[in-house]
Amino acid sequence: MDPFQIQKAPTQYDVVIVGSGAGGGMAAYTLAKAGAKVALLEAGGYFDPADPKYITQLKWPWESPRRGASTTRAFGDFDAAWGGWDIEGEPYSAKQGTEFYWFRSRMLGGRTNHWGRISMRFGPDDFRRRSLTGIGDDWPITYDDIKPFYDRVDKMIGVFGSIETDFPNEPNGHFLPPPKPRLHELMLRKGAKSIGIPVIPSRLSILTKPINKERGSCFYCSQCGRACQAYADFSSSSVLCIPAVKTGNVTLINGAMAREVLTDPKTGLATGVSYVDTRTLQEVTIKAKSVILSASTCETARLLLNSKSSRFPNGLANSSGVIGKYLNDSTGASRSGFVPALMDRKRYNEDGVGGMHVFTPWWLDNKKLDFPRGYHIEYGGGMGMPGYGFGGGIENMNGRFPGRDGKMKTGGGYGAGLKDDYRRFYGAYIGMAGRGEPIPLESNYCEIDPNSVDKYGIPTLRFHYKWSENEIKQAKHMQDTFEEIIHSMGGTPLGNKPGPENNYGLEAPGKIIHEVGTVRMGNDPQKSALNKWQQAHDVKNLFVVDAAPFVSQGDKNVTWTILASSMRTSEYLIDEVKKKNI
Amino acid sequence: MKRRDSLKTLSLASFGLAVNPVEAAVPAPPDPKPLKIPGGRQKHEAERDAKLMAEKFFTPHELQTVTVLSDIIIPADERSGSASQAGVPAFIEFMMKDQPRNQTPMRGGIKWLDNTCVKRYGKPFVLCTKAQQIDMVEQIAYPSKATPDMTQGASFFSMMRNMTASGFYTSQIGIKDLGYVGNVPNQWNGVPDDVLKQYGLAYEQREIDAWKE
Repeated sequence: MDPFQIQKAPTQYDVVIVGSGAGGGMAAYTLAKAGAKVALLEAGGYFDPADPKYITQLKWPWESPRRGASTTRAFGDFDAAWGGWDIEGEPYSAKQGTEFYWFRSRMLGGRTNHWGRISMRFGPDDFRRRSLTGIGDDWPITYDDIKPFYDRVDKMIGVFGSIETDFPNEPNGHFLPPPKPRLHELMLRKGAKSIGIPVIPSRLSILTKPINKERGSCFYCSQCGRACQAYADFSSSSVLCIPAVKTGNVTLINGAMAREVLTDPKTGLATGVSYVDTRTLQEVTIKAKSVILSASTCETARLLLNSKSSRFPNGLANSSGVIGKYLNDSTGASRSGFVPALMDRKRYNEDGVGGMHVFTPWWLDNKKLDFPRGYHIEYGGGMGMPGYGFGGGIENMNGRFPGRDGKMKTGGGYGAGLKDDYRRFYGAYIGMAGRGEPIPLESNYCEIDPNSVDKYGIPTLRFHYKWSENEIKQAKHMQDTFEEIIHSMGGTPLGNKPGPENNYGLEAPGKIIHEVGTVRMGNDPQKSALNKWQQAHDVKNLFVVDAAPFVSQGDKNVTWTILASSMRTSEYLIDEVKKKNI
Repeated sequence: MKRRDSLKTLSLASFGLAVNPVEAAVPAPPDPKPLKIPGGRQKHEAERDAKLMAEKFFTPHELQTVTVLSDIIIPADERSGSASQAGVPAFIEFMMKDQPRNQTPMRGGIKWLDNTCVKRYGKPFVLCTKAQQIDMVEQIAYPSKATPDMTQGASFFSMMRNMTASGFYTSQIGIKDLGYVGNVPNQWNGVPDDVLKQYGLAYEQREIDAWKE
């Protein structure tokens, strides 16, 4: 067949959705349930967490020849994310002196298959930071606008947590019971509370009780990052996309790498999407009455910037010129510690749910600090399943704590004594990581690289991203706090305390994989690409439902807000179609 | 290719003469052998793993050295077997191919060890007596006490120690030794009472109430 022939699918769909992650999955599910005919495009392959073909859950480390090392998958052999910060044939670049690391999952459900399931709502203050602090921008919506959708997502998908009264900017939801803290988490809580730092049950989208017949409940293997064969945690694949396809209204097309949103030169309306079939490399066009983009923050911006025409010379929906700008990822910094009181622990199964059972929400007032935004703290530790790297660096540890005979020895060693040390130290380590809110800046952006294309011939992204003093000072505060918490529980901080020489351990932009903001929403079409319904100002049948529309990200992991806002936008689209406005 | 031959090719090609049909320019790949893809792996990962498994990195002498060293680091005791019984040498062999940055420090480290042993005892490490091997290991097993002529050996031994632990404690034998009892479906009901008592801790009333029907 002539490789340059463009295939046209015969059908015109009501909606074509690009991307099957949290936003695209929710849009497909909501629209299909309402009876719309949907084409769902996913650049990667099919994935079902319950299909043995894909299951890594409950596998043992020796089932991987590298014992789960991260050689070919960024988070190790058993992690459920296909892809990573580097994908062969899909490059990106950064302008000199700046950096950004772009994590992509090419699979049904995208990055939701391996995420931490941390499901926090934005609070009322998170939508009006400019009004409150004079820096950053307000959202065009308030907490009250999105609250009903958070409520429905809680009930539909499930999240555990606790009702709290002391944190007005951490709104309560409809919570399943939270798992009881593990031993190190109880010790952390006791220590942190003694120095005025709150520790409360975490809020994760994991089913500690069954919520329907389609999904099982958690069996406490701690492996949500591997995707759950019982569908007991939230992945877009298992909870949204597969049920959406079951309605019969969704045509799922895997291996569809979207290249351009097509428009009618006369009306300026979107008419569909052109994609490259990743197996045949053929160009295929899908026609639809409306187009919803949810390809991920940066991929959606790339797609719009690449959708140029004489009517839209700066890229589609970009008369404001704002697309690509205000890219922002969470800040992140971490520290680990050792707790001598936990040496020689009694053994029992404390796997628990995937991730932490407790966390610290932002507890301070930035007006009294030298940085404008807050952060939360996530905790790790315990008697986890050993993996690649187990026992690494013991030579720096076993000389620091007395042996069974109470005497100090020299670090390192070999033989029976060393073997005993590994047993004694097991389960006595803790870790903590701050995840904070950055100030979105116009000068942090992605743009089309004038010199590069990917293996499909699609122009690639070039990033320009630098942290400001605000984020660096926040990281400094994190490091001070981490040491205080470790000391408060009788622990010893490990490694050297990160200082100004490395921005206090502030992770490079993109490393936390919480990026938002490249196609921002707003009331002013001069300064934003989307209106408050995440509908393009310039193209009324074009919507964005991933995190690209978000004006800011709070210190909250954004998935729950992607789900709530995608549901809100999808229902708005249904209403507009009913009213014949679209 | 000899220079004369390459000139010949160059001249033909540069005159635009088609020496072969274009199809022959890139020979068709050989028929791929059917590969069983294990559950949870992508095709390209399974292919890469199979390719690495088919390759050999260590010479027999090197593998023997790695085996002796790993058993000195983690010997059998009353609770569990030794590193080599847990398959550690094969794991280290695989990691050399999987992460080639390991190759020079490992191969060079073994060579350093042999050079040093020949100087001290007149024989490479594996041919030394057990007492000589331990005498050698004592010089490099404690990084903070290594004398200036032993620091490279101490770095190598730390690498061996870390790879041995990594391989041993991720094996069936090692996980049992450690007493890890998870990775099975279960119900988490909190820290056992005797452990709470041991550490003087208690759950908050609301944490207990949350699970009452």
